[in-house]
Amino acid sequence: MRLEYFQMIDRFVEVDAAARVARAICTVPKQSPVFEGHFPGYPLMPGVLLIECMAQTTGWLVSALTGFTGLPALAGVKEGKIRSAVFPGDELEFEGRVVHEGSGYAMGEAKGWCKGVAVCDAKLTYRIIPYPTPELRAGLWDWAERINFPAKEFVK
Amino acid sequence: MSTTFDKVAEIIAETCDIPRENIKPESHAINDLEIDSLDFLDIAFAIDKAFGIKLPLEQWTQEVNDGKATTDQYFVLKNLCERIDELIAAKGA
Repeated sequence: MRLEYFQMIDRFVEVDAAARVARAICTVPKQSPVFEGHFPGYPLMPGVLLIECMAQTTGWLVSALTGFTGLPALAGVKEGKIRSAVFPGDELEFEGRVVHEGSGYAMGEAKGWCKGVAVCDAKLTYRIIPYPTPELRAGLWDWAERINFPAKEFVK
Repeated sequence: MSTTFDKVAEIIAETCDIPRENIKPESHAINDLEIDSLDFLDIAFAIDKAFGIKLPLEQWTQEVNDGKATTDQYFVLKNLCERIDELIAAKGA
């Protein structure tokens, strides 16, 4: 997890296309410039970054289910809840589910846990937009490999 | 038995917090009801679920952008309901 680069997911541990669910894990870094401001002397994982963790976990699954035909851009967060505090060094697990694939959009639900305790959940809306550059799409395969996401199985 | 329009109007009223009595078959979802594209995704989601269909929003958008269709054809509610009925009929065919 590299917060300042928005690389939130360390590794996917399950991608089940039939069940429309993906699970990912990550460890909050012990040090990050983010913690210099949030908060001075009391480093605390920002809730908005927990939302981003859920969005990335579910977003990769949306990409897979739509065959990597477009970029799932986060468009809506409903009923977002940050249930407990997350600190540097904490190990997190996220689960993303796709509950509906529409035409040009997808709806998801996600949850996060720390040591088995729920830390966050939200309902997520994605617009599927054309990849802004071919390089971005091409770069996904290396990224996917780094985080153990079986992207090439899903490419259309 | 409720009509397609009744169901769609209920969905719009609930999703966008618009008084039901303001939603007419002649209403244009964007121009009259001022529903933006993000809120329309919530409506599309609810319609897809309620009728077991998939509104082809990408195709409609492309047709409008290409000048092959007007927004009235898809976003005036009576026309939207006709498209929904067609999709339901196609599903059962």
